[in-house]
Amino acid sequence: MAKVFEKPHALSDVSMHYCPGCTHGIIHRLVAEVIDELGIEGRTIGVAPVGCSVFAYNYFECDMQEAAHGRAPAVATGIKRAVKDSIVFTYQGDGDLAAIGTAETVHAAARGENITIIFVNNAIYGMTGGQMAPTSLVGQVTQTTPYGRDTSTQGYPIRVCEMLSQVEGAAYLERVAVNNIPNIRKAKKAIKKAFQNQIDGKGFSLIEVLSICPTNWGMSPQESMKWLEENMMPVYPLGVYKDKEQGEA
Amino acid sequence: MAEKMLMKGNEAMAEAAMRAGCKLFFGYPITPQTEVAAYMAKKMPKIGGLFMQAESEVAAINMVYGAAGAGARVMTSSSSPGISLKSEGISYIAGSDLPCVIVNIVRGGPGLGGIQPAQSDYFQATKGGGHGDYHLVVLAPASVQEMVSLTAEAFDIADTYRMPVMIMGDGMLGQMMEPVEFENLPKREVPEKTWATTGTQMKRKKNIVNSLYIEPDALEKMNNERLERYELVKKNEVKVETVNAENADVVIVAYGVMARVAKTVMQMMEEKGIKVGVVRPITLWPFPTEEIAKVAESAKAFLSVEMSQGQMVEDVRLAVNGKKPVYFYGRNGGVVPSPDEICAEIEKIVGGMK
Repeated sequence: MAKVFEKPHALSDVSMHYCPGCTHGIIHRLVAEVIDELGIEGRTIGVAPVGCSVFAYNYFECDMQEAAHGRAPAVATGIKRAVKDSIVFTYQGDGDLAAIGTAETVHAAARGENITIIFVNNAIYGMTGGQMAPTSLVGQVTQTTPYGRDTSTQGYPIRVCEMLSQVEGAAYLERVAVNNIPNIRKAKKAIKKAFQNQIDGKGFSLIEVLSICPTNWGMSPQESMKWLEENMMPVYPLGVYKDKEQGEA
Repeated sequence: MAEKMLMKGNEAMAEAAMRAGCKLFFGYPITPQTEVAAYMAKKMPKIGGLFMQAESEVAAINMVYGAAGAGARVMTSSSSPGISLKSEGISYIAGSDLPCVIVNIVRGGPGLGGIQPAQSDYFQATKGGGHGDYHLVVLAPASVQEMVSLTAEAFDIADTYRMPVMIMGDGMLGQMMEPVEFENLPKREVPEKTWATTGTQMKRKKNIVNSLYIEPDALEKMNNERLERYELVKKNEVKVETVNAENADVVIVAYGVMARVAKTVMQMMEEKGIKVGVVRPITLWPFPTEEIAKVAESAKAFLSVEMSQGQMVEDVRLAVNGKKPVYFYGRNGGVVPSPDEICAEIEKIVGGMK
C-alpha cells in the first residue's frame, strides 16, 4: 500500500510537551518538511529559545543549540559566521523575540545576517503560565494584566514585521497564520522561501506565524482559532512586509 | 634569535590570539580594552577571520556562545562593566561546556566607575560573576610578553577542559609597550571537538549545545561531571611565581602589575635589611593554595597587595589557614599603590612583630 503521510525525517520521533490544541506542533512540522524538501538537514543548525519551544532541540533531527532568553539571533550569528556553509534557523516566541530579545532581533536584521527566523506570535507568554507579551492586544486579559492590557501602563502591541520592514538589512518578512488549511499551506510556502533565501545568500528572513494558546487564553482550540481570526488578524494583518526580490511590499 | 617587536599589551594579546588560531572575535567598544578590538578589526580580515562589532556586550558574548558551540576558536574582550553584562552569557557558556577566551581589562568600579587600572573584579572572575556553580580559568599576566604566551595557552586550556578561560589584565598592562616575541608560543595537543554543532552531514547523530536539564538528577550529574574536570584543572593548571619567599619577614602576594611593584618593594626593603618575598599567582583560578601554604611554613607574615578593597586576600587567608598573620594593603578606584606606601606598610608589620 502506498504511504501517503509520514513524519518528516527532520522531525524527531519523540513525543512533544506542547499542550493539546497548541499550534507549535504544526509549525515544527512545517519547518521539518521544508528542511526535508530542500535536502539541508545535514548542514542545518537550529537555535531554540527560552519559552514554550525551549525544548525544540529535542524535536528537530539537525544539530541544535539552546540559547539564553532572547539571544537566539546573536547565537545564530555566531554559528553562521563560524560555519559558513551551514543553514541556521532560530525558532522563537513573542516574549523571546520582541521583548527581551528586541535588540538582537533588530540588529541581526540590520546586519542582513543570512539566517532564517521563525517567529511564533501567540500574544502571550505560554511557558511561564500566561503573562502579557509585547504582542498582547490592548485590553487582553492575562495573568499580569488581570484587568486587560492598559495602554497607560503597558503600552501597545509591537508589530514586528512592520517594524523590521524599515530596516534596510532585512531581505524577506512575511506574516502568516496556521488557523486553517489554506493558511497553513501559505505558511509553509513562506517558511520554504525563507530557507531558500538563506541557501541563495539573500540575507535576513523572518516569518511571523500567528499561533494560538488555548491553555493560557482559557479557550477551547476552536474558540482560540476564532479569537485569532477576530482579534489578532485585524491587529496583525497577514502578508508580505518586505521582499527585496520584489522591491518593497 | 627570535625577532622582538615593541607592542602595546592589548595589541600583542590580539596578535597572540590570532596566531593561536582564533578566527572569530565579537566585541563591543569600552575603554580601556579598545586596542584589542581595533587591532582585531584591522588584522582579522587579512587572515580570513572575522571581527564583528556587536550591538551590545550581551549580544557579543552570545555570538561567542554560538561560534564556540560550532567548534570555532573564538574570543571576546571587554572591561569591567561590559563583563558584568556578559556574565549571563558566560554562565551559559560554562553550563554548556563550551571553550572560549574572554579578556577583561579591568577598570575601577562599581557601576560606571572609572577607566584607570584596577583589580576589583577578582571576586567576579574567580567566584562566579554569573549564576550557578561554575568556574573560569583566570589567567593574570604581569608583562606584555606574558600577555602573549598566556593568551596562546588560554585557547588550549579552554579546548582541553571545555571551559571558558578569562585573561585578566588592567589598563596599565593593556596600554604599556614592551618588547615581545611570538616565536615558541606554548602549544598543546587538544581533543577533537566531536560535540560541536557543525551540521550532522547525515553521518552522525545530532549534537546539542545546551545547559538546560529539567530533571534535578540529570542536572546534578552534568554539574558533577564538570566538577571532576575542575578538579583536574586544579591539579594540572596552577601557575605561580615565587621569589625570595623562604624565611621572609613578609611575603607580598600580588598579581599582574602589582606583582611588579612588589618586586621593587622587595629590593627597596633589602637595603633596609628586611627580607621581603613575593608570591605572584599567575592563575587566579585555580588559586595557588598549596604553594602559599608551603611558603607559610617558613615565612613570618603575608601582605596581600591589590588594586581593590581586599578581594584576593580572602583566598590568601584560606591558603595560609591561620598559620601566619595575613595583612592587606590596597588602593582602589584606579589608584595604584606606590612602592613607598607598601614599604611603609611592611615596616609597620615588621615593627609590630618586634
